[in-house]
Amino acid sequence: MRRIFSVLMENAPGSLSRIMGVFSQRGYNVDSLCVAPTSDQSLSRLTIITEADDKVTEQITKQVNKLIDVLRVAELTTSAHVERELMLIKVATLTEVARAEVKRNVDIFRARILDVTSQHYTIEITGTSDKLSAFSDVMGQCAEITESARTGVCGLSRGDRALRP
Amino acid sequence: MMSGAAMVVEALKDVGVTHLFGYPGGAVLDIYDALYAQDFVKHVLVRHEQGASHMADGYARATGKTGTVLVTSGPGATNTLTGIATAYMDSIPMVVLSGQVPSMHIGEDAFQETDMVGCSRPIVKHSFLVKRAIDIPKAIAQAYYIANSGRPGPVVVDLPKDIVNVQDSHPYVFPDDVTMRSYNPTLKGHSKQIKKAVASLIKAKRPVLYVGGGSIASEASEVVTELAERLQAPVTSTLMGLGAFSSVHKQFIGMLGMHGTLEANKSMHNADCIISLGARFDDRVTNNVDKFCPHADIIHVDIDPASISKIVNAHIPVVGSVKTVVEQILALLAEQDLSGQSEKLADWWGQINEWRARKCLDYDQGDTVIKPQKVVEAVYKHTNGEAYISSDVGQHQMFAALYYPFAKPRRWINSGGLGTMGFGLPAAMGVQFALPESCSVVITGDGSIQMNIQELSTCLQYNLPIKIICLNNRALGMVRQWQDMNYKGRHSHSYMDSMPDFVKLTEAYGHIGIKVDTLDQLDDAMARCFAEKERLVFMDIAVDQNEHVYPMQIKYGAMDDMRLSKTERT
Repeated sequence: MRRIFSVLMENAPGSLSRIMGVFSQRGYNVDSLCVAPTSDQSLSRLTIITEADDKVTEQITKQVNKLIDVLRVAELTTSAHVERELMLIKVATLTEVARAEVKRNVDIFRARILDVTSQHYTIEITGTSDKLSAFSDVMGQCAEITESARTGVCGLSRGDRALRP
Repeated sequence: MMSGAAMVVEALKDVGVTHLFGYPGGAVLDIYDALYAQDFVKHVLVRHEQGASHMADGYARATGKTGTVLVTSGPGATNTLTGIATAYMDSIPMVVLSGQVPSMHIGEDAFQETDMVGCSRPIVKHSFLVKRAIDIPKAIAQAYYIANSGRPGPVVVDLPKDIVNVQDSHPYVFPDDVTMRSYNPTLKGHSKQIKKAVASLIKAKRPVLYVGGGSIASEASEVVTELAERLQAPVTSTLMGLGAFSSVHKQFIGMLGMHGTLEANKSMHNADCIISLGARFDDRVTNNVDKFCPHADIIHVDIDPASISKIVNAHIPVVGSVKTVVEQILALLAEQDLSGQSEKLADWWGQINEWRARKCLDYDQGDTVIKPQKVVEAVYKHTNGEAYISSDVGQHQMFAALYYPFAKPRRWINSGGLGTMGFGLPAAMGVQFALPESCSVVITGDGSIQMNIQELSTCLQYNLPIKIICLNNRALGMVRQWQDMNYKGRHSHSYMDSMPDFVKLTEAYGHIGIKVDTLDQLDDAMARCFAEKERLVFMDIAVDQNEHVYPMQIKYGAMDDMRLSKTERT
């Protein structure tokens, strides 16, 4: 099952490598990883996507929580949550038709064109991972994708549930 | 105001360090200079940094205090990794101070540079790379707090040379408070879980107490004994837990697991309630997890939530220190009428005594050739069961665990989780430094002893009267046993063709060596050995090369599927 782990940790050197160490040394996969400091600069928030059954999910939660730098760990998919990912995608728009088709799909997907040159559009899109993949497929059909970068998912629980220090 | 190096030594004083096991080198010369000027912290100069790490470990196991290591950068640091991993696997409190190249050279592949924090990351509880001299006291204080609280473990403090420079001067402030917002170990069990555990224990008709290293780490011997006696239940112990509950107590049914006793493994398999006290359901205990204890309600008490339900699903998980949780259980039991307990468990004890009557530890005594079990029994006799026994890893370790009953905790010092050959001698040295009046014995083999034999030189420097009992079978006994059992006796590289003359070797190091070849010499030689109160004695004892350790669990089977000898099975 796809799982989303949200981790609140000290924003200190080495913290991230310790968490990634737990994943590699215990044989868990990381499908995506998103990390940045929180509004409190002394803390960082990580979102990790992985495939795991219930037993492995419990172990990941406990093993990550055991790290001295980690304050809180939660698995988000077991309750109501929101999740978003951001993608930047650069497509080659060599013909008038391609430019029009790309622009039309950008509007349909509520994406945004960030940069335009004579031969390329660079587009920003946010949404669930599925939506980003769908958009990427469509872009591949109407133009040639030059390159793309995805941030990995970040997520929060709905309502008043929160990871507090 | 003082230098970073002086701050390191001052902080060690402030956390109460008495012994420092170390080896100097470029990156720590400033710290060594600061050590020169004081006599509070006693420095022990080892011969190899791995030895230092095991000495600190042995010191910690015998006392419960945190062991301390000081090494230089690069090879000095990496040589401690086996010792750190050993301590990590057995949850032993240890702090390793490693020198590092100057901050401005980190990452340049400088001389003797190793990313020690990175190298040790998977085998430490935590680590610090200290970046400013003024942070030294806090890092050291926190390192000791982390190492010896919650589930204990090793902590690395990496100190770049520029911050410990003796020329600089900084204000020294030892922190009043070392607590951290991200680290709050749970000591007390949840009251609801305690109630459930008590109900399960009272209901049980076939209970077993399964005692592990956590019972020793939390100093829970007394309360565990009280619990066992209140419940009148049988007690088994892991390799790591030996001594937490007296091995000479009538309720003790022996060690469990791969080389556990028949009665211990049978009792576990047939139990209706198992309370695990600081044990972790290691694969050397459970055998095939799918067949593990099918009838039992499992109560799992552990200070580390990650240990609970990691291998075997716990019906009643209790997170907390063994000592505190057992005290909570005893408080609830005090309100219960347990007068019917002996009657209720009569059938269970009847069954257990039948298993005991099989006397699974009996062995062929031999005529002239010396059986290794016999040697361990002789050590027991000549030390009145009062020695601190450190062991290496292999057959001799199992013989020591099975044939030397430990009446008290912290007397059995062995590398249980990692299984580190070469651990025994330096660990026994750590014991002797911590407890100078104690009788510190190493039970080892001809393979293991050669892995850290250079420390005999350290023993001479510090006059450590350790007794080394080497069960010399001219082979790597446990490897050979497995080759006999599983590889049709093809002894691939499990013997050594050119053993040193251990007596001469010992004498060359300035100690006493005694060689024993036949059974009739054993008792006198042993008496001579233990009569030498001031000197180290190395007993090179030729034992039966073909002896196997039994009982032994049969792979993929249940706990109680066992070989009892070369020809008998359960």
